[in-house]
Amino acid sequence: MLSRTAENLFWIARNFERAETMARLLEVGARMALMPQAGHGYRNEWDSLLRASGTAVGFAEKYGDPVQRNIESYLFFDRDNPSSVASCVERARENGRIVRTALTTQVWDALNASYQEMRALERQPRSDLELSQLTEWTMRHAAQLRGAIDATQLRNDGYHFLGLGFALERADNTARLLDVKYYVLLPRVDFVGSELDNYQWQTLLRALSAHRAFHWAYGGDITAHKIAHFLILNRQSPRSLLTANGEALGHLDALAQAYGNATPAQERARALLAQLEKTTIEEIFDEGLHEFLTRFVRENAGLAALVQQTYLSGEAR
Amino acid sequence: MPTQCFNEMYQGETVRAPYARLEDWMHAMPTEFRQMKQAEAEALFRRIGITFAVYGEGGDPDRLIPFDMFPRVFTQTEWRKLERGIKQRARALNAFLLDVYGRGEIIRAGRVPASLVYQNAAYEPAVAGIVPPRGVFSHIVGVDLVRTGPEDFFVLEDNCRTPSGVSYMLENREIMMRMFPALFRENRIEPVDGYPALLRRTLASVAPAKCEGEPTVVILTPGHFNSAYYEHSFLADMMGVELVEGADLFVESGLVWMRTTEGPRRVDVIYRRIDDAYLDPLCFRPDSMLGIPGLMDVYRSGGVAIASAPGAGVADDKAIYTLVPEMIRFYLGEEPVLQNVPTWQCAKQDDYAYVLEHLGELVVKEVHGSGGYGMLVGPSSSKAQIEAFRARLIANPGNYIAQPTLALSTTPTFVNEGIAPRHVDLRPYCLVGERIELVPGGLTRVALNEGSLVVNSSQGGGVKDTWVLSE
Repeated sequence: MLSRTAENLFWIARNFERAETMARLLEVGARMALMPQAGHGYRNEWDSLLRASGTAVGFAEKYGDPVQRNIESYLFFDRDNPSSVASCVERARENGRIVRTALTTQVWDALNASYQEMRALERQPRSDLELSQLTEWTMRHAAQLRGAIDATQLRNDGYHFLGLGFALERADNTARLLDVKYYVLLPRVDFVGSELDNYQWQTLLRALSAHRAFHWAYGGDITAHKIAHFLILNRQSPRSLLTANGEALGHLDALAQAYGNATPAQERARALLAQLEKTTIEEIFDEGLHEFLTRFVRENAGLAALVQQTYLSGEAR
Repeated sequence: MPTQCFNEMYQGETVRAPYARLEDWMHAMPTEFRQMKQAEAEALFRRIGITFAVYGEGGDPDRLIPFDMFPRVFTQTEWRKLERGIKQRARALNAFLLDVYGRGEIIRAGRVPASLVYQNAAYEPAVAGIVPPRGVFSHIVGVDLVRTGPEDFFVLEDNCRTPSGVSYMLENREIMMRMFPALFRENRIEPVDGYPALLRRTLASVAPAKCEGEPTVVILTPGHFNSAYYEHSFLADMMGVELVEGADLFVESGLVWMRTTEGPRRVDVIYRRIDDAYLDPLCFRPDSMLGIPGLMDVYRSGGVAIASAPGAGVADDKAIYTLVPEMIRFYLGEEPVLQNVPTWQCAKQDDYAYVLEHLGELVVKEVHGSGGYGMLVGPSSSKAQIEAFRARLIANPGNYIAQPTLALSTTPTFVNEGIAPRHVDLRPYCLVGERIELVPGGLTRVALNEGSLVVNSSQGGGVKDTWVLSE
């Protein structure tokens, strides 16, 4: 497969996964902002959300103070924000158009339909659009894309590059979503274990569509430790760092097998997974959740860079 | 405006034989049903992604070329003559290219003026002396034809570089078959869907000397912002070959390679959909970002084949066009099956004088123009337009040729008011490799505006499915 084809497949998945995360982030922010105690201090929930998504600087330059309406526009529609849902959907569709021949009709349909509908949404007056409508729209289309890939794509190398894109982006995104909580909490350590604290954790779970799953898995009260465990180390949780990392390794193993060639990317993924597997949640909190997540995001990005270098850059020999 | 046009369906009140079965179909279609089908066709085109992307002009970046559901029909007898004429032309054009980049015998024989060839902007000195595999320069020859009577076909122009539109020929058929299966049961229509396989076989048959085993064929596209990108990607898909951009290819140890996830893979035949100028920055344009440095060296040494061969454009220049009948006589010793449209070359004093006097009756075109731009259709232009054009012509006579305004044939076409005759042309695609092949059909373009003779999609043209009936 052409390296450029593989690269575009990889980025279809990354862009769409990122669009979904942006929508989920918006949901977290909107719910947290509904709490009466929110909005005090120099950082409110919205500000923390911009920081966690890595869009704070761009937003400040364009709008200044974090006002909810502006943040919604910036994270959903704004083409100046490369991480906005609209930017990600448009890029994913363009990636798809470039490698149209490597996609089934169903996958192309899913990509193309989301882009066409996005353009229709953009033409509607903003006042007619509820935020929940927008987030649901995004998740629905992400699910359609995944379903189409799963049901119709050949299980060849292209499939694994799509899978790698989803897995690496998801690991990154879960870590960032989890980190929102850190930013919210930072000025108010005394809140730990309070009503507000629990509410915020629950909100995070809801945004990840994991609220009920969490209760099935853990039961009892919601605690920071349980949630962190669920999103970092739980093998059943579809968005946990361990699961996403394991999937990335699975795809790298499959590629290495198909090409008859072990690669440094595969080794790096294996090492990362081994490290996660022997980590306990206590150790993570000892290190500091934020410090742990920051380190993870960096290592995950390192793995993505290795994938790029190994398969996508065209420098393979 | 010519008033007596040949209508391909009706002669007076009677229906010509090839269209016999379409009359009932046409009358049995209520307006609502037709509108529903038209909407269905558009939805299909959009969904498949057959759009004609036009970037940087505002408006919808994914434009559809209007599709007319009324098919255009040829009998087997009509087609056989066209086929013979087109293949003859494709042979002569390739013989001409081989000759002008070789010994130049047609020039020595005084049948073609040297200046017309060697000073032509499309003549490529860098490939003089090179003999491409099987001596073929133009592997896909698109011959644009118009019709003025039952037996009267004229060649409007030849396209020896990279004629586009074949994806429409294929998709138009596909969509008609999906929407009106009964029509295909009642009429016995020659299939066109063998084209991609034929194209692939043609390209493989011109693999270079150094190729080992099954040749690796690729399509080289300028990229996804190109207006014909859909076609490039469609053909790659149908042929099962890689669609590459310049940056996907590189030259090493005298061969061309593509960058894959498993390392470099050798490329033997490049079907390029980019201009000569962008092939190799070392040879043609140092400022080009699109090319593959060193490609021409590999080509020269027989390491790779390029289709069409660099330099092929000199055969389809509008000034060279007038000489094609002469080429047919000179190289093949045959009389042309298909006639040229009489052409005045404004570079010639006598012709120029005639054109100036008769501007209001003629079609005047730029020698290197395309896409229906920069041309004058005298009979349908205002006085002011004619005078404005006259000024441009006087400023640079050598840049123009003129032809009589032909009474182009019409075929029934669905329009807002129902069904009405509209002018059409035809572009079949002739493949030249080990053999010369032509699928029975082509792309019919239709001028959708009443009375218009310009069929280009950029100027209000649409497309139709083109049928050749089997005996």
